[in-house]
Amino acid sequence: MSTTTEHRTHRTEARVRPAAPRPRRPLSSLFFSQKAAPYLFVLPFIVTFALFWAYPIGRSAVMSTQWIIPGTTEFVGFDNYVRMFNDRLFWLAVGNSLRYMLLTLLLLIPIPMGLAVLVNSKVGSPRIKGFFKSAMFVPALTSVVVAGIIFRLMFSEGESALMNQVIGLFGMEPIRWMRGDITGLIALLVLALWRWTGVNMMYFLAGLQQIPQEHYEAAAIDGATRWQTFRHVTLPALKPTIIFVTTISVFGGLAMFLESFMLWGGNNSPQNIGLTIIGYLYRFGVERNDLGFASAVGVVLLALVLLINLTQLTLTGFFKKEAR
Amino acid sequence: MSASLMSPTITDQPTQQLRDDDPNRSSRGRSALVNCALIAVAAIALIPFWAIFVGTFQDGTNLIRHGLNLGINWDEAGLQNYVMLFTDSGNFFRWFANSVGLTAVQTVLTLFVSAFVAYGFAKYEFRGKIALFITVVLLMTVPFEMMMLPLFSQIHSMGLSNTFVAIFLPFLAAPMTIFFFRQYLTGIPNELLEAGRVDGVSEFGIFFRLVLPLMTPAMAAMAILVGMGAWNNFLWPLLVLRSPEMYTLPVGLNTLLTPYGNNYDLLIVGAFFSLIPILVLFLMFQRFFISGMTAGAVKG
Repeated sequence: MSTTTEHRTHRTEARVRPAAPRPRRPLSSLFFSQKAAPYLFVLPFIVTFALFWAYPIGRSAVMSTQWIIPGTTEFVGFDNYVRMFNDRLFWLAVGNSLRYMLLTLLLLIPIPMGLAVLVNSKVGSPRIKGFFKSAMFVPALTSVVVAGIIFRLMFSEGESALMNQVIGLFGMEPIRWMRGDITGLIALLVLALWRWTGVNMMYFLAGLQQIPQEHYEAAAIDGATRWQTFRHVTLPALKPTIIFVTTISVFGGLAMFLESFMLWGGNNSPQNIGLTIIGYLYRFGVERNDLGFASAVGVVLLALVLLINLTQLTLTGFFKKEAR
Repeated sequence: MSASLMSPTITDQPTQQLRDDDPNRSSRGRSALVNCALIAVAAIALIPFWAIFVGTFQDGTNLIRHGLNLGINWDEAGLQNYVMLFTDSGNFFRWFANSVGLTAVQTVLTLFVSAFVAYGFAKYEFRGKIALFITVVLLMTVPFEMMMLPLFSQIHSMGLSNTFVAIFLPFLAAPMTIFFFRQYLTGIPNELLEAGRVDGVSEFGIFFRLVLPLMTPAMAAMAILVGMGAWNNFLWPLLVLRSPEMYTLPVGLNTLLTPYGNNYDLLIVGAFFSLIPILVLFLMFQRFFISGMTAGAVKG
């Protein structure tokens, strides 16, 4: 970002450099050219972008205006988009994804932050904290498939299933977890909480460790209470971490699909209680092979994600920094 | 929990101590409370691992029917699932080998290609650089799920469906990895590169011989992140791979979880067994795992 001026001086140095040590053949001169080299370095990204991003998205945009059945394609204009916005199932999926995303934000920011502050404090034994950090981190190592298998079996309908035993301790009757809208959502949230609390806690710990000790000393001299110290020293210093965790949680939450896929053993759930936006995309694009319609869904989602990204980069001043 | 809100240094401040009659005793009590709370939360986090471990000694069909819990039903407990795993588990170890191989190849190639690209962004000025780098950053957070259908039809029309190459080829120049490496590389002094140029080393020689060896810490962090992603990758191989002997471990395990399955024993013991390599690696290289998986937050 800030290397522009340094590079200029380097170029002049390169120019006054004594003549090239030995004569070069044309091909190898390419390897010595500071003009050509950068393009060769970034070439893999350019090719990847063209081949696996730009072209497929462009084709998807074209397909989204077509009615596609094997053998024939027909131009239908914006019919696919109209159909999507009029589909009640689409809005159900949007609602499911949104509520899951919002609830994970509500759970997976305050809880890991509190645990991180606790681990970072001087209270408690360092060895136990070391064990605690490892134990909290291990769930993030599991694949969604293995985690899904375990949680599916813990949330089974039988009365001897773990979760039904747990609620039994509180005198509650066994629940058919995955048949109910709210209980299914609870299972999804417990799974998310189990897998990601540890990682988010590590993010917050990394943020906490960057706060200079002097800030706390200054707060203590000013006679700040614990809450005031947290509110006015810790919390502002954690702002970048909070923004980062929020960003990944928003995208992770909106793109949630496999957790639901594993817990319900496929993309179908009773009354579509587990259907998410991506599940909707998967249903039409993969299961029903309705490519034109699925393309329209995909295009809308991608446009939305890129719009969020652009807004965020503008707000955080990324473009100004890069253009400098 | 109020203790948790306190910063480390304030504990020792006299102003705070005035509030307690015996600061030593109360802080010891608080310590014990915190220790117990941490152990309790850690135990809860480990429960699912215990549950699947215990499950491996049980009859799979019964587990599917009645669910998993923490106890052992001694009437039917035994090592039969493990015997079956090592003698009659069909494609299981083939899936295992596929996963190991694909993870290794994808990790090494991704690190190499991404470092190559990142060096171009970090150490050169060229036309279109800003626009190109903004593209990298924009793509960084796009969830794969939203790209899966266009990407799949592209792979299909390239004739690559049901190949291993298709699993990793689109992800070698990974935006996230490029971004992280670029941040790291901007910290390498330009004098080093100039020294190389003066000695007549080509631009690529500088990258391979001078820069790449300096990237070890960044490589270790990203190796964990990319490797974990590759080992646990599920959705993309599920779309691309068609023949059962080419499945990766997650895809293979998922095929066992059908309502009409007859191999639930393998499902349970296989799921548990697939956890072992990654747990062993984690215990060996814990520090790298944590720095790798949190790499995004510190710089990003």
